[in-house]
Amino acid sequence: MGEILSLAANNLISPIILSFALGVFAAFARSDLTIPEAVAKGLSIYLLFAIGFKGGAGVAAHGVDAKLVGSLVAGLVLSAVLPFVAFAMLRAMTKLGTLDAAAVAGHYGSISIVTFVAATSLLNGRGISSEGYMVAVAAVMEAPAILSALWLVVRSGRGADMDAGLMREILLNGSIVLLVGSFAIGWITGEEGLAQISSFIVAPFQGVLCLFLLDMGLVAGRGLRESRGVLGAGAVVFGLTMPLVGCLFGLAAALLLGLSLGGTVLMMTLAASASYIAVPAAMRVALPEANPSIYLTLSLGVTFPFNLTLGIPIYAAIAAAILGG
Amino acid sequence: MQTHKAKRVEIIIEAPMERRLTKALADAGVTGLTVLPVLGGSGRSGRWSREGQVSRAGGMVAVVCLIRPDRLDRLLDAAFEVVERHIGVVSVSDCEVLRAERF
Repeated sequence: MGEILSLAANNLISPIILSFALGVFAAFARSDLTIPEAVAKGLSIYLLFAIGFKGGAGVAAHGVDAKLVGSLVAGLVLSAVLPFVAFAMLRAMTKLGTLDAAAVAGHYGSISIVTFVAATSLLNGRGISSEGYMVAVAAVMEAPAILSALWLVVRSGRGADMDAGLMREILLNGSIVLLVGSFAIGWITGEEGLAQISSFIVAPFQGVLCLFLLDMGLVAGRGLRESRGVLGAGAVVFGLTMPLVGCLFGLAAALLLGLSLGGTVLMMTLAASASYIAVPAAMRVALPEANPSIYLTLSLGVTFPFNLTLGIPIYAAIAAAILGG
Repeated sequence: MQTHKAKRVEIIIEAPMERRLTKALADAGVTGLTVLPVLGGSGRSGRWSREGQVSRAGGMVAVVCLIRPDRLDRLLDAAFEVVERHIGVVSVSDCEVLRAERF
C-alpha cells in the first residue's frame, strides 16, 4: 500500500499530470485558455506517430515471438468481453436503461490511446522496458467492443444502425491507420530509422505530451462543468471501479502470456481505459438514442482523470508486486 | 436584374452523420451543397460547444443547399431518412438566385 501511495504521489507531481490539472483548473475557473482545434489535432497526430514508430522500432530490435500473436488475440478477446462485464456492473449499480448502459459498456471495452501513452511515459521515466508490439494490441482493441455493445442492444430487441460504412469508419479511423502505419514504418526501418528521426519523435515527446494533456484537461474540465447533474452517484462509482476490474482482466491476460513487467502494466492500462474518440463517434451513428452526455462524461470526465492520476500507478504497483521489479 | 425563386434548405446535424447525409442528398439528385462548421449552440439535448470536444463525435455541421422548388420534396424525403433519429434541425426558406440553371 505504501508503495502504491508513493508511486501515485510521484506520478501526481510529474509535468504531464500537472499540465492536465492546469487544464482542468482553467476549465473550472472559466478561463479563456484554449488550445486551437488544429493545434490539438496536430499534437495528437505527433503523439500517435511517435508512439507507433517507437513501438515498431522496438519490435524490429527485439524480434517477433509467439507472444505477439497471443497478445493481439488477448487484446481482441479483452475488448470483446469487457463490455459484457461493464454492462452487468452498470445494470447492477445504476438506473441506466439497456441502450445507455450498452453504449457506456462499449466505451469501457475499447481503449484510450492517451492513457496508453501516459503509461508508456511513466514506464520510460522509471527505465522499465515493454514489448513494442503493445502499440498494435492497442490498435486491435479499438473496435471489437463496439460490436459487443451493439450486440447487447440488438439482443434486447432494440435496433442498431450497423452498416458496412460504419465498419469501415471504425476499422479505418484516422487514429488506427496512423498508429498501425507508423508502427509498420518503425518495424520496417528499425533502429536505423529511429536514429534518423529520434530528435523529432523522442526528445520533444514529453513536452508535446504535456501540451496535449493540458488540452485534455481543458476538454475534460469543460465536459464535467457542462454535464453537472448528468451522472448519478452509481455511475460515478462505476467510472472509478470499472478500470480496477478491467485492469485485473488485463493482468490475467498478461500473466497467461508471460509478458514483461512493462508489457503487463500496459495490458492492464489498456483493459482499464475507456474510449472517448472512436467509440462515441460510432455510437452517435449506430445508437443515436443513447445519451452522449452520459458516456462521454463517464469516460472522459471520470475514468480518464482517474487512470491518469491514480490508476496507472496502481496498475504499475500491482504488476510490480506480482512480477517483482 | 432578373432573379429566380429557389428554396434554401439548411440541415444542422451531428458531424459523424455528415458523410451519410451528403451521400443521401447526392443520391436524391442534389448537385450542389455547402458544409459549414458550427461553433456551438443549445437545444433539446442541452448546450454544447465545439471548444469542449475531444473529437468530431460531439460536434455539429450545417449542410446548406439551394434547389429549385420542384425538387424540394425529394430532397426532404432523402434528408429525413438520415436525420430522423438524430440530433439536428432541418429548415426550409424561400430565396432567390441569379442563375437558375445551376440549381
